[in-house]
Amino acid sequence: MLDKSTVRNIAFLARIDVPDADLEPLAHQLSGILDWVEQLQEVNTDGVHPMSSVTEMTMTWRPDEVTDGGHRDKVTANAPAARDGFFAVPKVVE
Amino acid sequence: MSYIIKGETGDWEVVIGLEVHAQVTSQAKLFSGASATYGGEANDHVSFIDAGFPGMLPVINAYCVEQAVKTGLGLRAQINKRSVFARKNYFYADLPQGYQISQYELPVVGVGEVVLDMPDGSSAVVGIERLHLEQDAGKSMHDQHPSLSLIDLNRSGVALMEIVSMPDMRSPEQAGAYVRKLRSILRYLGTCDGNMDEGSMRCDVNVSVRRPGEGYRTRCEIKNVNSVRFVMQAIEVEAKRHVEVYEGGGKIMQETRLFDPNKGETRSMRSKEHAHDYRYFPDPDLLPLEFDDAFVARIKATLPELPDDKKARFMDVYGLSPYDASVLVVERERAEYFEAVAKGRDGKKAANWVITNLFGMLNKAGLDVTESPVAADQLGQLIDLIEDGTVSGRLAKEVFEIMWEERKDPAVIVEERGMKQVTDSGAIEAACDEVIAANPEKANDIRNGKEKLIAWFIGQVMKQTQGKANPGAVQEILKKKLLG
Amino acid sequence: MTKLTSLTIAQCRDGLRKGDFSARELTATYIQAMEAHRDLNAYITETPDIALSRAQDADERLKAGTAGAMEGIPVAIKDLFCTEGVLTTAASHILDGFKPGYESTVSANLKKAGAVMLGKTNLDEFAMGSSNMTSYYGGVKNPWKRQGEDTDLVPGGSSGGSAAAVAAHIAAAATGTDTGGSIRQPAAFCGITGLKPTYGRCSRWGVVAFASSLDQAGPMTRDVRDAAIMLGAMAGHDPKDATSANLPLPDFEAALTGDIRGLRVGIPKEYRPDGLDPQIQALWDQGVEWLKAAGAEVREISLPHTKYALATYYIVAPAECSSNLARYDGVRFGLRVDGDSLDDMYMNTRAAGFGSEVKRRILMGTYVLSAGYYDAYYLKAQRVRTLIAQDFANAFKDVDVILTPTAPSAAFGMGENMDDPITMYLNDVFTVPTSLAGLPGLSLPAGLDTQGLPLGLQLIGKPWDEETVLRVGGVLETAAGFTAKPALVGG
Ligand SMILES: [Mg+2]
Ligand SMILES: [Zn+2]
Repeated sequence: MLDKSTVRNIAFLARIDVPDADLEPLAHQLSGILDWVEQLQEVNTDGVHPMSSVTEMTMTWRPDEVTDGGHRDKVTANAPAARDGFFAVPKVVE
Repeated sequence: MSYIIKGETGDWEVVIGLEVHAQVTSQAKLFSGASATYGGEANDHVSFIDAGFPGMLPVINAYCVEQAVKTGLGLRAQINKRSVFARKNYFYADLPQGYQISQYELPVVGVGEVVLDMPDGSSAVVGIERLHLEQDAGKSMHDQHPSLSLIDLNRSGVALMEIVSMPDMRSPEQAGAYVRKLRSILRYLGTCDGNMDEGSMRCDVNVSVRRPGEGYRTRCEIKNVNSVRFVMQAIEVEAKRHVEVYEGGGKIMQETRLFDPNKGETRSMRSKEHAHDYRYFPDPDLLPLEFDDAFVARIKATLPELPDDKKARFMDVYGLSPYDASVLVVERERAEYFEAVAKGRDGKKAANWVITNLFGMLNKAGLDVTESPVAADQLGQLIDLIEDGTVSGRLAKEVFEIMWEERKDPAVIVEERGMKQVTDSGAIEAACDEVIAANPEKANDIRNGKEKLIAWFIGQVMKQTQGKANPGAVQEILKKKLLG
Repeated sequence: MTKLTSLTIAQCRDGLRKGDFSARELTATYIQAMEAHRDLNAYITETPDIALSRAQDADERLKAGTAGAMEGIPVAIKDLFCTEGVLTTAASHILDGFKPGYESTVSANLKKAGAVMLGKTNLDEFAMGSSNMTSYYGGVKNPWKRQGEDTDLVPGGSSGGSAAAVAAHIAAAATGTDTGGSIRQPAAFCGITGLKPTYGRCSRWGVVAFASSLDQAGPMTRDVRDAAIMLGAMAGHDPKDATSANLPLPDFEAALTGDIRGLRVGIPKEYRPDGLDPQIQALWDQGVEWLKAAGAEVREISLPHTKYALATYYIVAPAECSSNLARYDGVRFGLRVDGDSLDDMYMNTRAAGFGSEVKRRILMGTYVLSAGYYDAYYLKAQRVRTLIAQDFANAFKDVDVILTPTAPSAAFGMGENMDDPITMYLNDVFTVPTSLAGLPGLSLPAGLDTQGLPLGLQLIGKPWDEETVLRVGGVLETAAGFTAKPALVGG
């Protein structure tokens, strides 16, 4: 059973603002789903490898060649805020 | 070589482990075709992949994999033919995907080791825990605008090797020697340029202290230290801080800290109210990284002779001391210069000239050995002139300085300036006679038993001949003339 | 004369080559139809200018004899595919105004084959849903209605806009993507054909990611032949996608021989849950009879871990989505809602930009990956997933193809099934296992229920064996003789 503080914590990890009033109902919904997926615990998976790729294939590699970049205008064209070719965000104090 | 902090309540030992982020030398980034070159206009070396755009997918750069394997071989480490890329999830302005692609449970390189060469000639072995491939983040600038931070993603996605040591170091000097040795190995291999100013090598330093013989205590991680000197300083002040806290009855909290070289202190990076939870899981955009023995063998065949092997050979072949050998092998170019000088000559004498005279001058001038005004064969010629008696050891140093200034062969300089050693006994005899005639009293003193004065006479004769006389011959002739 | 919009891709192809009509005429007719049926809300963005200009190019290539496989065919593109310079939303508020500087490989392949893009179709937000009701741009109406009723029905999801567009004849065909059933279930709900290829057959490059290990693009068409033609144009190895298969592309259309004699068809006994709608059961039994009559041999098979597939899916997919959707942070594209600090800006942007189902899945995924829960949930689910895939591998030792229903019900009303997420998740009970195993699955309309709504049957194949799936699909299609049309296209 998820409690409100756990939901608040995962909402922060996921950077989604959840109003206090919504924490309880969300906790309830998520708990319902978690209860339901709990059924997996009854499956014996001893010695079973977790799936790492659904089909048997080997990963594609690429050669070390510069084939991309050099289009800063396109990269920043959709930015909600940009300054002199940089992306801009609220100031971070370190 | 023990480094002990004397506290009020007794002795403390420092325990150090390092995580070094080394930028892989490559043309393109780890998972995109954008340039990995340092610098450039903001956001110019950026593909949509590096900027985390919707639907963009990573494809691995084969050369970066080779470089990691090569480095693993250079560290005499285990190579894992199957490794897995995982996502490390966290939010930050310069982390466009919202996760860093790294390796977590199965890194490409496992356990290995680095041998440290300490100034007293001793060696120490530092264990390598792992080496994994990962992407670099972009760069945030916080001081360009009053209310904004500016983000440049040129570095985003550049390939890094994170090399994690075991907590095997016990002094700031060892930590410094470790970073230098690691850098030396990476440069030999050509897998990282080791340029700490440009951030090609960055160190996270883990420091704790303990009573000798005790188990490990809580460590703190000092992030992003960017020079060997700062690594050593940071360890010193952080270890002292731990001792003070413990002796004041306090506790050390495991945390991440920053080193401020201006103030000479470390300080806590504002601890977040929520702890990090990186939620690592295998990256579903990438299948496991797999290669075979033949791939490893192919890379192994390209390995150069590495510093440790070279050092052993220099000691063996040239009869050098461990320390001299280790100084010569730090950089491949230095070692090559030395070997060019030593070829067909006395190795110890060659090492002496290279280390004392050449390296001394290079350091003073801030030059690299590849920029040396004196070529290796010229230095060799000078040693030959000493050996065959053409110049005296004393004048040879002067000749070397002129070679540095005028970039001429030593024989030419000696000829032009008449710096040849005088071995003709007639000329030396004449000079001796002259000095004896000018100092009859002192000559008498010698004849009456004050034999030590002969050194004074030798000096006078050398002065008379402007240093060109062979000192051995001078002594012999003086003895004959004064003592019979 | 038959309306141009009622022609299949194959029929258009023939008509265009013979010169019966031009690509421009065909496209103009479709643009008219598209505009006339805006009430369906099938399209988020219409691109008539692009369509007409590509149609003109198509006519030139047709004249020059250099026509591609889909030359001049007007298609709709699910708004999950990035299209260069054209608004791409994933039906989410958070991608407000986003115009990519790049074109997805699949849409680029279609363009190269001569296809004409009519517009971008509506979907569940980030493809998360089975009703199309989670779209920021509003739900899509299914062109079908229950007999004698005017209730608006859902087209299914997430490729609901694509399914509705093909069914309503406002696109000749459309692209879909399928993560847990998002091509097959809406195809069944709208009475069209939908094919989810083997994972790795179509490139994922440029497709907005939901769950990377499951997402797969595929064709949504009027019939099986069209699915074969369109898959051939969409698929192929892409060096930009590390999970794209480097395999030769078969001639899928050539696989439609109509001959399935001796072929072994598996009927999984676990797909008959208690309370399965008797109409669905009856259609399934009918399908078995049709295949037998065509000379196939039918065998019962067992897929013992079937009942765990949905729970597995609802751990794996949210986990991957929680990470895949981290990039929507208001920094480089899309919506930004300001805040006092960087974290505030992130939290405000993502709170305002994502709808409730997307948030629920991100939170779920964040939780199952978090420290202390990873092993119990994510790792456990990935192990069960291996068992589910092994079930299929074992079954395919004995059979060549598997026949099941596509969905447990016909289309339901807009607003129904919305109260409880798990009820909604059950829509995918027959499609999710295939997705988890990465196998090809085809849904085709095989009959109507008593209320006159289409029902689909699903064929599941071995990895990379879309050919067998299509061949059996063709036979089933002929036997079923499904010709019903939603009222609005005059069927
Ligand atoms: Mg680290
Ligand atoms: Zn790292």
